[in-house]
Amino acid sequence: MDLLIGHYNYWIVIILMMVGLYTVISRGNLIKKIIGLNIFQVSVFFLYISIGNVEGGAAPIITEGVTVYSNPLPHVLILTAIVVGVATTALGLALVVRIKESYGTIEEDEIHKQDHSL
Amino acid sequence: MIDIVINITHLAFLAITSIAILRMTNLFAIVMLYGIFSLLSAGLFVVMDAPDVAFTEAAVGAGISTVLMLATLALVKRPEKPYYAEAPRVHRPWLPLAVVLVTGSALVYGTWDIPGFGASDSPAQTHVASYYIDNAVKETGVPNIVTAVLASYRGFDTLGEVVVVYTAAVAVLLLIGGRRSRAVPKTKPKPKGKGDQDET
Amino acid sequence: MKPNLILHVIAKFVIPLIILFALYVQFHGDFGPGGGFQAGVIFSSAFILYGLVFGLDAAEKIIPSNWLQKLAALGVVIYAGVGMVSLMLGGNYLDYSLLGSNQIAGQHLGILLVELGVGITVAAVMLILFFAFAGRGRE
Repeated sequence: MDLLIGHYNYWIVIILMMVGLYTVISRGNLIKKIIGLNIFQVSVFFLYISIGNVEGGAAPIITEGVTVYSNPLPHVLILTAIVVGVATTALGLALVVRIKESYGTIEEDEIHKQDHSL
Repeated sequence: MIDIVINITHLAFLAITSIAILRMTNLFAIVMLYGIFSLLSAGLFVVMDAPDVAFTEAAVGAGISTVLMLATLALVKRPEKPYYAEAPRVHRPWLPLAVVLVTGSALVYGTWDIPGFGASDSPAQTHVASYYIDNAVKETGVPNIVTAVLASYRGFDTLGEVVVVYTAAVAVLLLIGGRRSRAVPKTKPKPKGKGDQDET
Repeated sequence: MKPNLILHVIAKFVIPLIILFALYVQFHGDFGPGGGFQAGVIFSSAFILYGLVFGLDAAEKIIPSNWLQKLAALGVVIYAGVGMVSLMLGGNYLDYSLLGSNQIAGQHLGILLVELGVGITVAAVMLILFFAFAGRGRE
């Protein structure tokens, strides 16, 4: 029971990671692939923040009367990662727009067919 | 106790939303579900004592990402009804399912031994973090430890991040900065001579 | 009653509050949650709301695109420039202790300038992205 409560966070993170990975590799629509990638990214953020959490701790802002703080280092890393993630997503979506203008479709199968038929 | 209940329910909602995103085929509904997913994860970050991260995730994930995806949907929608449907999948899902199950079980096996959620003596809490918590206010005078580490102790990483964001803007401008959407014609246009002869 | 009347009135009421909140988050990043990134995104969301409600042409009249490109570069230059000033004053790159009279004042000033640079760049970049995506399908 202790193992379940202690590790429940990590297992849900792994479920989210696998759902994101499955969306990327098994669905053909390009926008859905990008959304799957974002789900994968958010699950990795959860992994880091879960590792940095301390039981009974407060947010890492120094205030009077608080002695136990959560670990501030994963917060810093994840802040950077979130912003880089949105930059990657924006670039991916711009590529999807150009692919649509070029091929006329955003389904992976039809793009492959058009590429192979040239 | 209530913390644990909130944690468990929240994570369950997140898992259910992600599975719903996987199974649906209407792209518009998927983008809306992604906004809900972002907002739920921002709420979960607050419960895990990370207000800075929650702030950024809510603003960036539920704000900018969702708006950009909606703008992309408006540009790539199909010309016939239904506008936002995803094409049905023709391949069998067995190989991706196998890959995902093998990777997932390897990860679960890997997380069997790591310290439990919230343990205060795990290796992650004992090395550098205690230095930052004890000395951030003395050396920088800023009570928000996350800002102090982000801007002062790890200022180089933040410089790199700002450059990455700027590069993304330049790249998007190069790709779709122009005004018109130029659709490339599928067939080559007929040369002038032949066309006149066909019409007469 | 025009069909968009409610949207127009509410947007005009809410947009100044959003900008004020963005400035609050930017400058109180030292004492509470916040900082450059969050403030930049919230600031840009005010202008995105204006563009969604009043039309893209009105939004581009307020903030021309070439200004946005220069502002985005300006933020990066401010950040790197703070490091250069530290270098010229004799210390390491991005060593804020030399910018003020004592270490605490120097760190305060350095963190303030750096977060300002980050906020300016992030706000300009989010607006560049929005205008690029929204302006593509027209004409």
